[in-house]
Amino acid sequence: MQSEFKLRATFRGLVDKAATILAVLSTVLVILPLVAIFIYLIFKGASSLNLDFFIKNPVPVGETGGGMANAIVGSVTLLALASLIGVPIGIGGGVYLAEFGRGTKLANAVRFTADVLNGVPSIVMGLAAYALIVVPQHHFSAFAGGIALGIMMIPTICRTTEEMLLMVPHAVREAALGLGVPNWRAVLSITIKTASPGIITGCMLAFARVAGETAPLIFTALGNDFWSTSLNEPIAALPLQIYVYAISPYDDWHRLAWAGALVLIVLIVLAVSLVRFVTSRGVLKGAS
Amino acid sequence: MAQPQEHSAIRRFLLARGNSAVADRIFHALMVLCALSIFGIVVLIAWQLIERSQLSWHAFGFSFFYKSYFDPTTGLPSYWDPVNGYFSALPFVYGTLVSSLLSLVLAVPLSIGVAIFLTEMCPGLLRAPLAFLTELLAAIPSIIYGLWAVFVLVPLLREHVNPVLTRVLGWTGFFDDTNPTGLGYFASAVILAIMILPIISSLTREVMMAVPHSQREAVLALGATRWEMIRMGVLRNARVGIVGGVILGLGRALGETMAVTMVIGNTPEIHRSLLANGSSMASVIANEFTEAVTDMHLSALIEIGLALFIVTIIVNAIARLLVWAVTRGAPATQR
Repeated sequence: MQSEFKLRATFRGLVDKAATILAVLSTVLVILPLVAIFIYLIFKGASSLNLDFFIKNPVPVGETGGGMANAIVGSVTLLALASLIGVPIGIGGGVYLAEFGRGTKLANAVRFTADVLNGVPSIVMGLAAYALIVVPQHHFSAFAGGIALGIMMIPTICRTTEEMLLMVPHAVREAALGLGVPNWRAVLSITIKTASPGIITGCMLAFARVAGETAPLIFTALGNDFWSTSLNEPIAALPLQIYVYAISPYDDWHRLAWAGALVLIVLIVLAVSLVRFVTSRGVLKGAS
Repeated sequence: MAQPQEHSAIRRFLLARGNSAVADRIFHALMVLCALSIFGIVVLIAWQLIERSQLSWHAFGFSFFYKSYFDPTTGLPSYWDPVNGYFSALPFVYGTLVSSLLSLVLAVPLSIGVAIFLTEMCPGLLRAPLAFLTELLAAIPSIIYGLWAVFVLVPLLREHVNPVLTRVLGWTGFFDDTNPTGLGYFASAVILAIMILPIISSLTREVMMAVPHSQREAVLALGATRWEMIRMGVLRNARVGIVGGVILGLGRALGETMAVTMVIGNTPEIHRSLLANGSSMASVIANEFTEAVTDMHLSALIEIGLALFIVTIIVNAIARLLVWAVTRGAPATQR
């Protein structure tokens, strides 16, 4: 009896140890690819990164050198266009959820739809933008790409804005309204302003997400080897250029793809770390 | 006739300020409009995709998703031939299902392990940086995963992993190494697993943290070891939410485009072997859309996109409902 109990206890202890080891092991296994990706990006990317990359346009196959200046500018253009669409609508939706629609059925439905929309594949967004803009216009354009990316930003920004606004204490709103400020003014200059660091980080997060999107751009912005002078023309984008270069059979282009990937990831990691830094410091320190 | 009223200073000030009710109503309406635009987007996408896929829908009907044809010259089954004008989405549906289900098999145990480690075992000092690292994994764009997969993962699989799999598991028929490239279903499943890990593990972590501490303490007080506490006290209470997280990961895997396009091989074929080349629904759209010349080809590709849209909406809705059921219905967490 006594020995059986002891045996069981040792067995349970062993199972516990094994579970611990497995959990640690899986964490290591998950961190490993991340480390590998970063090491490869830094080594392969840094060795082919030079000034030309930032100031020159792509060159035809066979010529060495060349860069992605037009793709960087193109990405910035597309992202600016996307932000123009996504940020105001996203913040507006978030304001509705947090300030006007709390607890109503409509707000719940909007929240749910936003979450579901967030999971719709980006390539489907690209198809929709293609059908909506490219087909009637009969040509690919920066507009179509910007709109596809902008639509993708809306649900993310909407939900983070709502979350941040919900953290603003009621006393702040009541103080503003108590002074006789109209409601719209109270929301715009008091509530949103109080939550602005959080809202900005939410926008940055959405921005970082669409900055690396390739799939919706393939058949909307299409890509371009030269400077594009109009939003009505195809435009180059960094992720698109990385894709084209990565699947090409030329070593020189592979090096440029790695360099482009490094630039892209540095931008995104900077944005995400900034978000992390701001949120860990307490978004609403001044308010509460 | 009433005398013109003498207003007090305060009253005069209030009257001069005008009425803010109109501005308030406009502001309210604007915000409602922004919120409603989210429904508008969903409806717009659905409408556009349905309209543009009419051609192939009328030509093939529902059999578009399961029909197979025979190539008259070779006599072999053939599914997708833009030149001869017949289209069947079967190989893409198959490729999507195989690669995403296999990626779940690889990713789910690992991500639950990570979540257990981070919530229950990890020393406090390591918790924040490790959680940050897994979040970072989610922020890397899929094109960079694809780049890494093409130049690092695929050669690694080709040289070291695939030969071992063929030798050990070749008898099952699922690992038949006739593909010298290293691309294929298995390679895309591995890269998909790496990509969906952070999503599943962060959601699992969230629902595990929503399990009240009293549950853990109660199990521990009965003399359970730590693993027994996790199994009985935490995992059992969080299982609905964990399933939700897994389904959300599945939704992401189904629609993942760039990384899969770069490693799946892009042939419209069906193979039993996981090491063979294939194609997924998203990858065929990315790969062929700009090169499609006939209207029927474009329409068929858009119909695949529509199917992807509907499936991911359903999958995501189920996942959200499950996660919400747990994180909302749970009793207040002790913090």
